[in-house]
Parts: sequence; C-alpha cells; structure tokens
Amino acid sequence: MNRNYLIRRLLIAVPSLLGISIVLYTVLALAPGDPFGELATNPNVPAEVRMALRAKFGLDDPIYLRYFHWLVAMIHGDWGFSFVSRVDVDTLILQRLPATLFVIGSAQLIAILVALPVGVLAGTRPYSVFDQIANTLAFVGFSLPTFFTGLLLILIFSIQLDWLPFVYRSDINAHGLQWVWEYIKQAIMPVTVLGLFQGASLVRYVRASVLDVARLDYVTTARSKGIGERRVITRHIVRTALIPVVTLVALQMPIVFSGAIVTEQIFRIPGIGSLLIASILANDTPVVMAVTFVFACLVVLFNLIADVLYGWLDPRIAFR
Amino acid sequence: MNEHKIRGLIEGVKTGALSRRGFVKKMVAVGLTAPMATQILMASGVAMADSPPVYKPTKRGGGGLLKMLWWQGPTLLNPHFATGTKDQDGSRLFYEPLAGWDADGNLRAVLAAEIPSIENGAVSKDGLSVTWKLKQGVKWHDGKPFTADDVVFNWEYAKDPATATTTIGTYKDIKVAKVDDFTVKVTFDKPTPFWANAFCGNWGMIIPKHAFGDYTGGKSREAPANLKPIGTGPYKFKDFKPGDLVTGDIFPDYHMANRPYFDSFEMKGGGDAVSAARAVLQTGEYDFAWNLQVEEEVLTRMEKGGKGKATVIDTGNIEHIQVQFCDPWNEVDGERASLKSKHPILSEDAVRQALALLVDRASVEKYIYGRTGPATSNFLNNPEKIRSPNTKYEFNIDKAADLLEKAGWKKGSDGIREKGGKKLKFVFQTSINQPRQKNQAIVKQAAQKAGIDMELKAVVSSVFFGSDVANADNYPHFFCDLQMFTTTMTQPDPEVFMNQFCSWEASTKENKYQGRNTTRWQNKEYDDTYKAAQVELDPAKRAAMFIHMNDLVVNNNVVIPVVYRRGASGQAKNLTCELSGWDNNTWDLQNWFKEG
Repeated sequence: MNRNYLIRRLLIAVPSLLGISIVLYTVLALAPGDPFGELATNPNVPAEVRMALRAKFGLDDPIYLRYFHWLVAMIHGDWGFSFVSRVDVDTLILQRLPATLFVIGSAQLIAILVALPVGVLAGTRPYSVFDQIANTLAFVGFSLPTFFTGLLLILIFSIQLDWLPFVYRSDINAHGLQWVWEYIKQAIMPVTVLGLFQGASLVRYVRASVLDVARLDYVTTARSKGIGERRVITRHIVRTALIPVVTLVALQMPIVFSGAIVTEQIFRIPGIGSLLIASILANDTPVVMAVTFVFACLVVLFNLIADVLYGWLDPRIAFR
Repeated sequence: MNEHKIRGLIEGVKTGALSRRGFVKKMVAVGLTAPMATQILMASGVAMADSPPVYKPTKRGGGGLLKMLWWQGPTLLNPHFATGTKDQDGSRLFYEPLAGWDADGNLRAVLAAEIPSIENGAVSKDGLSVTWKLKQGVKWHDGKPFTADDVVFNWEYAKDPATATTTIGTYKDIKVAKVDDFTVKVTFDKPTPFWANAFCGNWGMIIPKHAFGDYTGGKSREAPANLKPIGTGPYKFKDFKPGDLVTGDIFPDYHMANRPYFDSFEMKGGGDAVSAARAVLQTGEYDFAWNLQVEEEVLTRMEKGGKGKATVIDTGNIEHIQVQFCDPWNEVDGERASLKSKHPILSEDAVRQALALLVDRASVEKYIYGRTGPATSNFLNNPEKIRSPNTKYEFNIDKAADLLEKAGWKKGSDGIREKGGKKLKFVFQTSINQPRQKNQAIVKQAAQKAGIDMELKAVVSSVFFGSDVANADNYPHFFCDLQMFTTTMTQPDPEVFMNQFCSWEASTKENKYQGRNTTRWQNKEYDDTYKAAQVELDPAKRAAMFIHMNDLVVNNNVVIPVVYRRGASGQAKNLTCELSGWDNNTWDLQNWFKEG
C-alpha cells in the first residue's frame, strides 16, 4: 500500500468537497422558499419580528458572505443550528444517524447474503432454470421502486394480516428479549424493502462477473487439473469475480443512502433521510446544507475506499 | 346582524329563550369566534358557563402508554418559539397556560384559581386591566413552586424583541405586574375588550423563570430547557428528538386530583396524513392522530376498520378565494400590483359578482372536503340569509353569464367574453395540494361555461406560503388575478385577523410585501369601522362592527369564501379526549382517558 497515494487522494478530495459545497450552497440560496414562511401566515406575529429573525439568522446578507460564514464555521467544527428547531445541526444529525445506519447496514448485509450465493449459482449455471428464475426476480426487484414495495408490504403485513407494525419507533418501552424482538419486528419491512432493491441489482453484477471469469483460461486449467467443481468455484472463480463486485458495493453505498430517504419517509424511520425531507419542506437551509454535504462526503469517501480496495484486492493494479 | 339584534339575542339568553350554545352558534355563523361570543355574554352579565371536563378515572395513573401520531412532529418545545400548531401541541404536553378555551368558547382554568370576570371584580369596568388569581400549590416538574414571578417573567421574556419569540404579538402591548405571590395584574394601554389573550390558550403557556431567567434576549437559544422542558403539566419530560419523537412520564405531583390517567405518553412525528389515519382507524397501532387531511371517501373507508373514529371540530379556518384589486400584470412606478393602479377587469363590480356565483361550493364540499369542509356562508354575511338555509350561497352559471352580458362583456368567436378589446381572462393561483387542485378545476369548469377563460397555476406550498421578498410567486405578493388558500384565525378575537382588509395593511414593494392586505382593497368605510372597533368597549356594539366589516368584504366580493375548514383528527374507539378549535390539540391532555 502506497502511503503517498493515499495522501495525494485525500488532498485531491479537499478541493472537490469545496467545489461541491459551493454548488450546494448556491443552489440552496437561490432556491425559492423561506424558513419563516409559517410565521408569515400567522397574524399574531408582527412583520417586524419576522424581519428581526431574518436579520438575526443572517438571511439578508449577500450569498457569498453567507457562504463564507458557513465555511469558516464549518472548518471550526460548527455546523450551525436549525432555523426551525433552533437546535445545533450536528446534534440533530447524530440523533438521526443510528437509525439510518442500522436500517441501511442490515439491508446491505441481507442484500449481500442473498445476492452472493444466488449470483454465483446463476453465473455458474447460465440459462438454467435457476438462472432464469433468479434473473426474472432480480429484474422485478430493481424495477419496483421502494415506495411501491414499501406500501405493498404495509398493505399485506400490517393491514391485511396485522403481523407487523408500520410505524418505526426509536424508543421502545420494553426490556431484554422483548425489546430485541420488537426492534426486529418493526425493522423487518423497511430492511426487506431496501435489501431486496439492493440485492436485486447486486445479483446481476455478481452473475455477470462470474460469467466473465468462468470463461477464462485459468479456470479451464484448474478444471483440467482435476480439482472438484466446488473448489473451482469457491477458490478460483469467486475470488476473482468478486473484485469488481466489492468495489461496486462500495460505490453503491451513497446510492443506498439516498434510496433510504424514501423508505424512511414511508415507515417513519427517524433517520437522516427523513430529516432531510422535513428540512427541505420547512426550508431549513442549515440542516439541508449539512445533510447534503454529509452525503457528498460519503460519495467522495466511498470512491476513495473503492479505489483503495481495488488495488488491494487486485495486485495487477498499481498505485502511482 | 346589527347591535340591536345582538342585544335581543343576549336578552334571549338571559331570559332562557335562547340557549348559551345557541347564541354562540349564531355568533359563529356571522364570522365571530366562540370565545368572543362567550365574552359578549359575560360582559352583558351572563356568567361564563362552567366548563367541566368529562373525567371518569378515580385515581392517578394506571392507564399505560398513550400513543399519539403527529404526521409533522414538533420541532421545538418552547411555546414562545412555536412556529406552528405542531410546536404548540408539543409544548402543551409539558407547559400549561392560566386558562384554556373549550370547544364552546368558554375559558377553563388550568393554572388560574378562577376565571376573572366583571362580577368577581377581576376584570376592570373600563377595560384597562384584568387581575388573575393563580392556583396555589402548583409545582414545576423539578419540585419548585409556581408563583406570580413566573407569570411576570413570561411577559418580560416574550416581549423582548431580542428573544425573538413568536408570541411577541400577544405580549408587547401589555404590562404585567405582580400583586402578591399568587396574583398578577395585566394592564392595557387602551381599553381592551378582549382581555383573555395573554396567558390563555395557544399563546399563553407559561415557562419557569428559574430555568429560563438567565436566557432572556440574545441568549435565548442556549437555554438547556428549550430541549428539556420543565413544566407544570400532567406529564414530565422524558425524551425529545426534533421532528421525530416526544415522550413523557406521569408527574406524580400534578396539581389536579386523580389526573392524569396514562402512565406515559409518546408523540411520534413524521410520515403522511393518510398512513397516520390508517394507524389509528384501521390497525389501531396508535390512539390518536392529528390533523387528518385526508379525503372524505378514504376516511370513511378506513373508519369501517372499526378500530377508531374520525372526529371533526370547529375552527376559525376558512378556505377562500381572494380577488386582486390592483393591476398585477403591468408595472406602475416599477411596481406590479401597485396601489396606484386598478385591476383592468376585476375592479368592475359585476365581474366579481359573477365570479362569486361561479364557485360551486356545494360540490366542493360534497366531492372534496366532506365532513372536514362544509360549504360556507361565513366570512360573508347577511343575517336574514343565515337563518334561511336555502339562500346560504348561490351557484348559478346563467345568472353569472347574465350579469356579465349586462355589464357589456360579449362572447367572442372563441366563446370567451370580451369588452373593448379586453378578453375576460384570469390567472388563478393556489398551493400544490390535491384538494386545492380539484377545487381549482371545479371553478375553472364553471367559469368556462360562463365565458371566462381561467388559467390555473399551482405553486409548491413552501414557496406559496413563504414571505421571501425576492419571490413573486408567494401569496403576499399576489401577482395574479385570483388566489385561494386557507386563512387561519389563530386568536379568538378577530381584531388582528380583520386587519387584513385595512388600507394601511396593503402589501407593497415599500413594506417588502409584508403587509397583510394582499387583495389591496381600499375602502374608507371599512377602515373607519375597524378603527372604531379597536376602541369600542361595548362588546355587542363591537361585535356588530366586526360583522359589518365582514359584510363589506363579502358584499363587495373582495373574497369569495369557499368552505369552512374544520379540524379532523383520528382517535381510538375507547379514547375519550376533548378537542377544541380555539385552543391547541393537546389543550386538555390531563383529562384524556381510555375506557374498557
């Protein structure tokens, strides 16, 4: 592992994040809307109060000045505070992060656990009945948007069968095993929805990758040496085939986060996605800015991780 | 309805010919609020009715967990910072006012020992002061006693512009002084007929001095109690995640006997109205859901689930169409809709009358709002008509066409009327919200039949209801011919509400479109009546003045009222909870209980 390479990549990340923040900030500042809109319709709040609030929160300054203030504060670790709840933005995000990580993490785990064996089996037996079924399901899986499957599951499992709750609670009044069970029960539907969506596309990647590798000469060599089929698949095919898949999973992470936004809204999961939606609707610029910036950082970070992983897994690639 | 008639009705109540509730209903029908109606009665010597809650449990606690669903969760828990009902509802879980408004407009004492009145000498005859006796033995959640100092502090806190409270409008023009530890006196600069605004209802919740005393003014945001409220309410704070969750546990030292019934509560936020309705009415996962803005058809179908019921309550909200009086399409002195200009078409009376005839309120009620929005004659009023149910409002395309024809608007070859080369064409804007778009379509259809070309425009809610000076699409700019939205009367007294038609309130470039008169209607008679009402002490006379102002607005078709928006909420079958449109949803939380 080349340390210089890593340092260089991290340095390159700085200007790109800076650029992203400028674009985000400008777009948000230019977007119509007003955090104090609700006050405007309220006759009990005199216009002067609204104006004073605007001035106090610096909304009347020119955009470049506001951006500069934001940047300086950000570098000092001050994320600003929400106009709506008057709470520090980092507190808000930290409050919401565990739920998002839990749901996304389990969904991704399920996706990988399902997609790997299915993809490998389908890839090693192309055009078999199993492959056809897996393919069809995969297509169905990633053609159905999460908001649709989410509502479908709610209709079936909550309303018709009354098995699972469809409101996600971060604060469950139970202890011990009961608590664990309640937690799992409420997480089943959102995790399944996200996991299926992720898993479906992953199956396609794994299958394609396995198909490619299976045709390579060294696999034929391995087979001709008389190694059992099982060992050929696990030792020779899968190891090589997974290299691109691993990077794909890493690159997919930011997409998973954005996909979670919809799911969080449907199941009322108190994650950063629902925070983002609520803040956009309330024109709460500091929070929107912070959350989108966190997403941007994730994209940059996971890109970096993908590149590093790639080189680590595949010795043919050299860092320069 | 004039002063004389109002007095007649009051006599009726005194002699028993008319019930109190009947009187209140009549006053509400002419556009006044229930609290104002009861104040009129009170000033005329009819004591305010006791407002006893229905409460059956005989001991404190034991009710388990109360699960409530607010599809927009509270984002802050300081009542003085509350920007909307969700925040007020959330704050009210922990904080209490001196008194709250029940559904009939009566004051129900909470932290007050008794309700002030002229009879008990607490309300001065000249309308310049009111003295509140506070309940003794009330404890804050941290064990400290509640005293007059806390009440006085709330006034100091809220009126300071540096604190940036949203309750400033209620407190900036009054003076509050401590008489003794359990008595406070509120004094007004000028005779104030409606004295029960400060410390009552939505804007009256009281926060403790010992927790907020050091955080008045610029430091207000830093108070730890902003996020961890210490109140006097039936439940004490447990946890708060802005926009997501508020939880609380029973407060064993609560000042009302045997209350509350539940051991703890949970208020969950997020999601949407339809699924919230589902969680209460269909699956019974939750006990209560707030603000079910769901189409009637869907609501009824869900109720068949049998787990819960939807209830509607009267509020002061009216969905109405505003008419632009200035020219929104051409600039005069660099300003669109300048007061110096006149709307080329809508300034003509006949056109506005025709428009009012073209709004099919009955269909809007029947097909869109259902129980939650009865067609209204409110905001518009002519007392004879109110009594006759047949002439409440009229929908008549032929009559409208006839009016236009007589005014010289002749149909052109394309079916659109024109006069002097001007086409009868309007742009009609509203916010994006399914019922509103349907409503727009209903109006457009009728207008087309009468030969009016109507272009529909829909603006995203967050923009439409914004006050951004730079954005011309929001409702305060009203750079359009017609616009529709719900106007909310948040205070029981109509004085502030009715200033939206005063000439000096016109929304202009000069006041950065912060003026509340968005129709820019200018009428001297209205202005004079308004000014007179501001200082009129005789409640009957004052009420008559407001009704007269209503008449002016409606008879001149400055606005076209459509439906009266009632608040809908869902509740579990076995939950008893009293709601009121004149206070917030959780105003009576201490009396909520479950049976069976």
